[in-house]
Amino acid sequence: MKANKTSIWKSVKAGLGTVLVLVVFAYGFQITKVNLTELRSEQRQVSLQRVIRALARPDIFAYQQEELVSNTPIYLPCPGPDLLAALPAPDTSGPFLVISPACAEPGDTVEVRGFNFYPNAEGPLRFIPGPDPVSPVALGNVIAATDGEGQFTASLTLPERPSSEVQHVRATIRRNIGLPQLTETAHSTWEKIVETVFLALLATTIGTILAIPLSFVAARNLMVGVRSPLASISLSILGWPIGVLLGYLAVDAMARLSAPLASSIPTNLAAIVIAPFVIWLAMRWALPQEELVAPRPLVRLARGLVLILSVLVGLFGLFQLAALAMNLGSRLDDALGNFGFLGGFLFQVGEILRITTPALGALAAGATVGSMLGRIGQRAAERMSARWVRLLNFLLAPAAGATVLGLLGLLVEVLYQVGRPVYTLWIPVLVGSAVGLALAAFTRPKDTLPTGLVIYSITRTILNATRSVEALVMAIVFVIAVGIGPFAGVLALGLHTIVSLAKLYSEQVESILPGPMEAVEATGANRLQTIIYAVVPQIIPPYISYTMYRWDINVRMSTIIGFVGGGGIGFLLQQNINLLNYRAAAAQMLAIAVVVAAMDYVSSVLRQKVV
Amino acid sequence: MLQVINLTKIYDGGVRALDRVSFEVPDGQFLAVIGLSGSGKSTLLRCINRLVEPTEGQILWNGEDITAATPEEMRRIRRRFGMVFQHFNLVNRSPVLTNVLAGRLGYVNPAWSLLNRFPGHDVEKAMRQLERVGIADKAHQRADELSGGQQQRVGIARALMQDPEMILADEPVASLDPVLAHSIMKHLEEINQQDGVTVLCSLHFLDLVHRYADQVIALNEGQLVYEGLPAQIDDQKFKDIYGRDAERVG
Repeated sequence: MKANKTSIWKSVKAGLGTVLVLVVFAYGFQITKVNLTELRSEQRQVSLQRVIRALARPDIFAYQQEELVSNTPIYLPCPGPDLLAALPAPDTSGPFLVISPACAEPGDTVEVRGFNFYPNAEGPLRFIPGPDPVSPVALGNVIAATDGEGQFTASLTLPERPSSEVQHVRATIRRNIGLPQLTETAHSTWEKIVETVFLALLATTIGTILAIPLSFVAARNLMVGVRSPLASISLSILGWPIGVLLGYLAVDAMARLSAPLASSIPTNLAAIVIAPFVIWLAMRWALPQEELVAPRPLVRLARGLVLILSVLVGLFGLFQLAALAMNLGSRLDDALGNFGFLGGFLFQVGEILRITTPALGALAAGATVGSMLGRIGQRAAERMSARWVRLLNFLLAPAAGATVLGLLGLLVEVLYQVGRPVYTLWIPVLVGSAVGLALAAFTRPKDTLPTGLVIYSITRTILNATRSVEALVMAIVFVIAVGIGPFAGVLALGLHTIVSLAKLYSEQVESILPGPMEAVEATGANRLQTIIYAVVPQIIPPYISYTMYRWDINVRMSTIIGFVGGGGIGFLLQQNINLLNYRAAAAQMLAIAVVVAAMDYVSSVLRQKVV
Repeated sequence: MLQVINLTKIYDGGVRALDRVSFEVPDGQFLAVIGLSGSGKSTLLRCINRLVEPTEGQILWNGEDITAATPEEMRRIRRRFGMVFQHFNLVNRSPVLTNVLAGRLGYVNPAWSLLNRFPGHDVEKAMRQLERVGIADKAHQRADELSGGQQQRVGIARALMQDPEMILADEPVASLDPVLAHSIMKHLEEINQQDGVTVLCSLHFLDLVHRYADQVIALNEGQLVYEGLPAQIDDQKFKDIYGRDAERVG
């Protein structure tokens, strides 16, 4: 009995499920406006045929053509007999037309015979309204085909263009010369497809380089063990802005120092030879390869100072290197002629180095000062008594909280221009200090907080949010930032590549074997060493394979990023579709298909070889 | 001397893996740790170099409190304890030599690790250790191309690179056949006797315990149930350690 009941219930459920599915699909049909009547309409079918036929003949090769034209007068409607008699006899030395009858009513059909044209060729036979025989306006499109003697006979229906003046019928018979040649479209398609491939290459390179460090931060298994006491976190947070500021000032000072010496190539060369040498010596002294006993604080201080000095020297060297690249680049650009782009490249690399050094230097300094202060905080929390640590927490945590929220407030001010410091400065600062106070009050002073997990969650959230924005949308923003062209496309695709690769990479990091990490950690290695010796070797193959895959995606993406002005072949494609120039569009689609298929093949071969 | 005092470890789920375990290991002893799977042997060994953070209790190494060490101090302590694992825990895609050199990571400056550089004398030393365990010819092969016994020798060479004062061996022969098991145990014995390195080794088979260990401790559900000489484990003691239904094998 019971079994029976369940089976009935099951059938009812299945029935209800089926009905539900049907309803869902019915609604879907309505929403997406499925309409087959429209498809059957003759007008649609004619257009469809025209488009498909055009698409089937991509505009790649074409013959060069020569043409013979004859414009023959005709009256519409018939005028007085004197006018008709005044018509000149046709010039039989060249191509000519004989129209019978010589005049007719609009809408009548006349017979047109042509003589002395190219044999076995064809071309349009058209009515030219108005008295000007060479007017570009032409009506109708009858195709006239000549026989072996260069003659044709065709009937032309005259349009509704009555006029008292003389009008004309024009026959244009064309024939091909020589072998087919690449069309203008083919040339521009080639140019743009090359641009597309390099756009994808640059975007993938930028994306990969920046995604790798991000992927470690976004990997749960690496971050879950990172815990630090409140004092350390607070000091580190306070250290970041200070470090960024100091770093920026230091880089700026070096840039100023380097600027007057930048224009002479010998000085550049000397600087970039001496700087690495000095750094090498400094590192040899300040970073001994093995240390059996912990060094004394004074020695540490001296080493720190030497390292800072060598970093300054390094920055100077970098600016000189940038100047050298720019100097050489601009000279080579002139000297190399056709290969001037190599000089241009060198110049741009120098420029990139010069622009990015302050930003990267400031960030690196922020990270250094942040982690150094963090360590001091850690040490303090370990060494001092709980009561003092609590006092320290009460002092530092509110300051850190105020800093974080104050900076966020500043960002809000920049973005939304609120203009009222109460909301963008004072309230955030107050709330931040309150949160800091609460943390200091409600945690035990020596307890460690899960810093790693917090950073992990924030990184993940940012990655996911950014990833959900399509690269096409990003391209629109970058087009506004850097102007229409492939560079906007590179930036948009690059950004999208960073966030999506960082996610894919981090999942690979999460799936590595924990054993080697444990073993390396057990030898006394610190976090950095553990990552380099136990994590990196395990993730190289999947990283390579994902990078290839991403390049593949970027090539495909870069074909449409041009729709919004991001450079690449999409620009041409969209233009030609909008101009109803389907043969040209077909050429571009063909190019995309060839490149994507080739990329697919190359990447699969490379993956097999490398992994 | 290693002193373990009232060591307790409670995992996040509330599992009491170690329950007030206390014992002492004099310098140069070969101590076997026995017990059923899940009795807390691995946790005990991992608490000693704090791969697993103890919940309560103290571990003293020559009087220095390991449980209270800061991360920086812990790095200096860990580098004196070599560790050998049941599943070898080598980095499969790296060459054998790099795996062995990894044993030096606690000594070298982390900044140089970024460049993957080790001092020349460390490389020579790594080759000597590989010779000592008899696989110097495999130095440049990938670690996963080696057989199980060879991989465990790499693991031992890696531990030797640390100039260890103590070796923690977590079931070093459990994934190897009996012949290989003896050859690996002989290496550990040689290190123990020639270099005077203290060895803590968890083992499954009692014949290995009888053959190699100076002293035995036994764990059952996190509690220390036996401490004494290997020869004194009779049938009654065996049933105390492994449970009433256990039968002796090997």
